[in-house]
Amino acid sequence: MTASAITRHPAEPEGVVAQAYWQMRDTWTVTKRNLRHFIRQPRLLVFSTIQPVMFVVLFSFVFGGIAGAALPGDISYIDYLLPGIFVQSSAFRSTQTAVGLAEDLERGVVDRFRSMPMSRVAVLGGRTIADLVRSIAVIMLMIAVAYLIGFRFTEGVVSAVGAVLIVALFGLMMSWLFICLALYVPGAEAAQTAGFVVLFPLVFASSIFVPLETMPGWLAAFASQSPLTHAADTARALSIGGEALRPALLAIAWCVGIMAVIIPIAVRRFRSMS
Amino acid sequence: MSAVPAVSVENVRKNFGDTEALTGVNLTVDEGEVLGLLGPNGAGKTTLVRVLATLLTPTSGTARVLGHDVVHEAAQVRRKIGLTGQYAAVDELLTGRENLRMFGELFHLSTKDARRRADELLERFDLAFAANRPARTYSGGMRRRLDLASSLLVRPDLLFLDEPTTGLDPRSRNSIWDITRELVDEGMTLLLTTQYLEEADQLADRIAVIDHGHIIAKGTGDELKDQVGGQVVDIVLADPADLNRALDALPGAEAASGGRTVRVAVIDRDPLEVVGEVAATLNSSEIQVRDLGLRRPTLDDVFLELTGELAESAPDGDDVQEVVA
Repeated sequence: MTASAITRHPAEPEGVVAQAYWQMRDTWTVTKRNLRHFIRQPRLLVFSTIQPVMFVVLFSFVFGGIAGAALPGDISYIDYLLPGIFVQSSAFRSTQTAVGLAEDLERGVVDRFRSMPMSRVAVLGGRTIADLVRSIAVIMLMIAVAYLIGFRFTEGVVSAVGAVLIVALFGLMMSWLFICLALYVPGAEAAQTAGFVVLFPLVFASSIFVPLETMPGWLAAFASQSPLTHAADTARALSIGGEALRPALLAIAWCVGIMAVIIPIAVRRFRSMS
Repeated sequence: MSAVPAVSVENVRKNFGDTEALTGVNLTVDEGEVLGLLGPNGAGKTTLVRVLATLLTPTSGTARVLGHDVVHEAAQVRRKIGLTGQYAAVDELLTGRENLRMFGELFHLSTKDARRRADELLERFDLAFAANRPARTYSGGMRRRLDLASSLLVRPDLLFLDEPTTGLDPRSRNSIWDITRELVDEGMTLLLTTQYLEEADQLADRIAVIDHGHIIAKGTGDELKDQVGGQVVDIVLADPADLNRALDALPGAEAASGGRTVRVAVIDRDPLEVVGEVAATLNSSEIQVRDLGLRRPTLDDVFLELTGELAESAPDGDDVQEVVA
């Protein structure tokens, strides 16, 4: 090598604290890489920003008339809709996590990662966290657009932040689900298609777009148990008022429960892949 | 330094379903040595490198790298190796500088050291001018250099170079060779895979020939050439139509490649005498020659002898050819 102080691998991290530190730093390094990817791929930027904004605008104007009539009291459809759209867009965006990981696995760079002394979890964690950061940015943009067409948070700043956080947690859980899917279903296209096939009915069979009371009994019964309903109800209550605690506890239980199962499965699968 | 070999492979097999990629490899690489692993496409070179770099688990057998088992002590192995792959493993969307900084951080350098190291390597590998361009805009040669630099952010004890020049034009190939020789001069242990005989001959101390998933010959370039036999006289005819006449006129002659080359083996005789006889015979038969020479067998001959097929001598048409920058 040229004259350099760095000629050897740094000492092996010892102890739980040091290892946890390096896991977090590796994850952050991979996160930065993935965030740079979003900025440099116009296709992803368009998909992740314009589409949810279109949903907000189109749904509120197209369905606002009939949906507004079905809503209690003076709630306008945009007020009802926006927290739901947060959840819907997070769910759809999570398919991009699968695409991103599947593309990575087809690229040589992940081979290099795997031949290096870095944390194994960082490749997966760095992707879900980057997707989380992007998701929160998109939600902020949707809020800005919604404010232009009449949406208002009525429960104060803390509740509004809480609404975004519960959606963020839901999005993180969905990203890990799709990480797992991408590790078992080979190919980016397949992972995305499989994702939409499952997600589409789940998104509509929930309180995201319309109140459950307007659905046939059997559908309402199914939708009332859906984690998408719990997440949407929580975000809605924290945005425009209503019962927040019960749906929040259910939503958090679902998200934490699924992640507790899915993350170890995904990490083990990734470690054993060749 | 120590008696522990840099690489020791014992009877390693690797199956992918019904396909046997490695059928029992035995191999040792000593510390400070450059071993050339030579074989045609599909011989198992890359599979073996992937096993040694902890990316693949062998189906059976044991492999140790720098004293550590590649399966049970994979983490220790990864701390000591560098891997430069057949298809440059850099991030296409990041710039050259961002790539090196990222890999530096993932090798657990401090942010400051990672930055400094990245700048040093960009300079050393002649990439400073393109440091802020995304890697996808790089030519094939630049990409390989970036890939190689990415393996050297911290100095590995053992560097794998998996077909480092496949698909490169001669100029880029020479620049990779120069860099490789510098690393060798600095005493780095290298395991180089290649399908080019010339590359193995140029760079490696010792060559292992691999075919159908196992090692079929080992030795220095000279030793391998001696296995094939002694010297030959090669006659390139001016007119290919004279081929049969030449074969009839020269006792013991064989047709060689290309349809216009005739080869006479020199066995237990004075080579000059044989050259003289061949020249006299051709002259009296009025056969015109373009070239006539005494030579030792090349590694091509070795390969043909060992595997019964011709090795690649030019870049593979399937590979992305680089545009000369």
